[in-house]
Amino acid sequence: MTIMTYRQALHDTLRAEMLRDDNVFLMGEEIGVFEGSYKITAGLLKEFGEKRVRDTPIAEEGFAGAAIGAAMLGLRPVIEMMTINFSMLALDQIINHAAKIYGMFGGQAKVPLVIRTPGGGGQQLGATHSQNIELFYAFVPGLKVVAPSTPADAKALLLAAIRDDDPVLFLENLALYNTKGEVPDADVPAEIGRARVTRPGKDLTLIGYSRMAHVAAEVAGSLAESDGLDIEVVDLRSLRPLDRETIVASVRKTHAAVVVEDDWLTYGIGAEIAASISDGAFDYLDAPVRRVAMAEVPMPYSKTLETAALPSRDDVIGAIRQTLAAVGHRTTPLALGVPQS
Amino acid sequence: MASQVRQRRSAPQAPPAQGPAPADRGGQLSAFYRDMVLVRRFEERAARAYTEALVGGYCHLNLGEEAAVVGLMSALAPTDYLFTNYREHGYAIMRGIEPNRVMAELYGRVDGVSKGWGGSMHMFDITHRLLGGYGIVGGQLPLATGAALAIDYRDGDEVVMCTLGDGTTAIGAFHESLNIAALWHLPIVFVIINNGLGMGTTVARSSAEPDLYKRAAAYRMESARVDGFDPLAVHDAAATAIAAARGGRPYLLEVITERLRGHSVVDPARYRTTEEAERLSHEDPVALLGAKLTADGVLDPAAVTAIEEEVAGIVTAAADFAAASPRPEASTLFDYTYATPVPNDSRRLPGQPLFAPLPVPALGPGASA
Repeated sequence: MTIMTYRQALHDTLRAEMLRDDNVFLMGEEIGVFEGSYKITAGLLKEFGEKRVRDTPIAEEGFAGAAIGAAMLGLRPVIEMMTINFSMLALDQIINHAAKIYGMFGGQAKVPLVIRTPGGGGQQLGATHSQNIELFYAFVPGLKVVAPSTPADAKALLLAAIRDDDPVLFLENLALYNTKGEVPDADVPAEIGRARVTRPGKDLTLIGYSRMAHVAAEVAGSLAESDGLDIEVVDLRSLRPLDRETIVASVRKTHAAVVVEDDWLTYGIGAEIAASISDGAFDYLDAPVRRVAMAEVPMPYSKTLETAALPSRDDVIGAIRQTLAAVGHRTTPLALGVPQS
Repeated sequence: MASQVRQRRSAPQAPPAQGPAPADRGGQLSAFYRDMVLVRRFEERAARAYTEALVGGYCHLNLGEEAAVVGLMSALAPTDYLFTNYREHGYAIMRGIEPNRVMAELYGRVDGVSKGWGGSMHMFDITHRLLGGYGIVGGQLPLATGAALAIDYRDGDEVVMCTLGDGTTAIGAFHESLNIAALWHLPIVFVIINNGLGMGTTVARSSAEPDLYKRAAAYRMESARVDGFDPLAVHDAAATAIAAARGGRPYLLEVITERLRGHSVVDPARYRTTEEAERLSHEDPVALLGAKLTADGVLDPAAVTAIEEEVAGIVTAAADFAAASPRPEASTLFDYTYATPVPNDSRRLPGQPLFAPLPVPALGPGASA
């Protein structure tokens, strides 16, 4: 085990995979000479040269499509979309092509492509640079979507994504790059399609992914200390395929669930989780499934407005208390959990 | 559309023909004619099958583009790659794929080139290096550019040819792809099949630069225009373009041709004027070439008949083969979602629940509503 940042885990894994397999190469805007907008690819151009660390023109559709075409011929491109917002410029290539080519041609061509891209708001980047639109990709059969929340998972899921023969959207998060954690030294890929119970508990299931899995773990820890609550945390890790079995098994045990998500509520990832719980654990629920999600506005620039729009720890704590109040628990003597309207 | 005729007749700007002079190329031209007849009769048979409801979805035909198809495909080496769009039946056949398998794909059968998953617009065969017909206008350009990148990455000597329609030159992917190809010196030939119409919209109404080959200048890319009714000229222009691409100089070739019928088999092309329709009745590359070869004494009427009979046999056999090929089993529905199996991949059919419903307790004798 080594303690390192999420950024370092990504960097080291990219480097290790490039050393392991000559077919692995990187493409993206500003990943070479500039060393990446978030410095994930720092030093790699110097080490591997322009053939394998390729700066592209500002042409998301063009270079995403070129990566897909190269993957069809057996290369294993890992492309960087500077932020997930810019990936919308490449939607046609990702959704109409990368996701379709294996099925549309009857299994004759594989697309072993990884699209790395950070989501996340909270950096005062305004409406077009603060979105969490992983749902667009998680909606589409043929794509796989993973969303690591820890440095260890950043490594294990990136290894899995690069070695997988399907297109994988690899969701990073601006707020996670500097977070630290233990990372195993051995190169052991994760299994795409598996969620993980990161904290066992019996009072309520708290479900999140990416940054919000991080927030969920923190909230569960602090409520254990302050209120003696025993909350189970599920980190989804994979948005497609979605591990409904793990979610439902947890809710059947705890009888209550709160979903925390950085995207918009209506039609969001949490809506799918809540519907899945309804399908698989309806008779076990003691309270409605609660969702904590971003306010449904184009993200404003001003800090006060941005903060109000983003889900906070207090929002999550409030939702947990209200859900447990509905279950019949009284989590604090002040009974903060009285449902409000 | 008179301007279109002028373009084709008077403004071909193809590079000089390579190889022997046309006078010595009767054999080659006869072979091209036979292939053009095959494409023509295959497409006519496909249209008939469509009206018989044996073919579903969209069905775009190469009628009028036979000389372009045959000339282009004859210039590719077997190891070169082709990316094309949804009007690709003729390309598939001329890449060497059995007409039986092309027709079976139209019929949606398991012996189709894409096993019945693609249909008319999505033919694919790795053996013959047809890397896809694509249904989204412009979608194939970035992919083809990437295939050329992969060749370059491995220092291979193959070339990618990527065909597109005239309307495609207005889409962003066209510009992004030509820029990347030129910037990185990729081995690719982009070929505009200019039949004058993007569905029902003329080139003049959709392109501020109607001389489409000139768009290459923006990327310092070589380009030329060629008469798409002359298979030899197309072959030679393509050979020049391919040679340039093989040397790391991507190329844009514009082939001026005609679309003799509607955009797809269900389009009656009412946007065409009576004069236009009248002109087209005389502008048929297959008939024109047949008449020329006969007049020049290259083919006698018996030879023409023999070609027609041979081709009729191939096309009938293709339709019979397609009709006899099984339809895919519904149980194979989830076979091609992912190449690498992973847990929790959904294999749920529309009416199935996500989780098996729990047993509903039986109501006791004392229970009441």
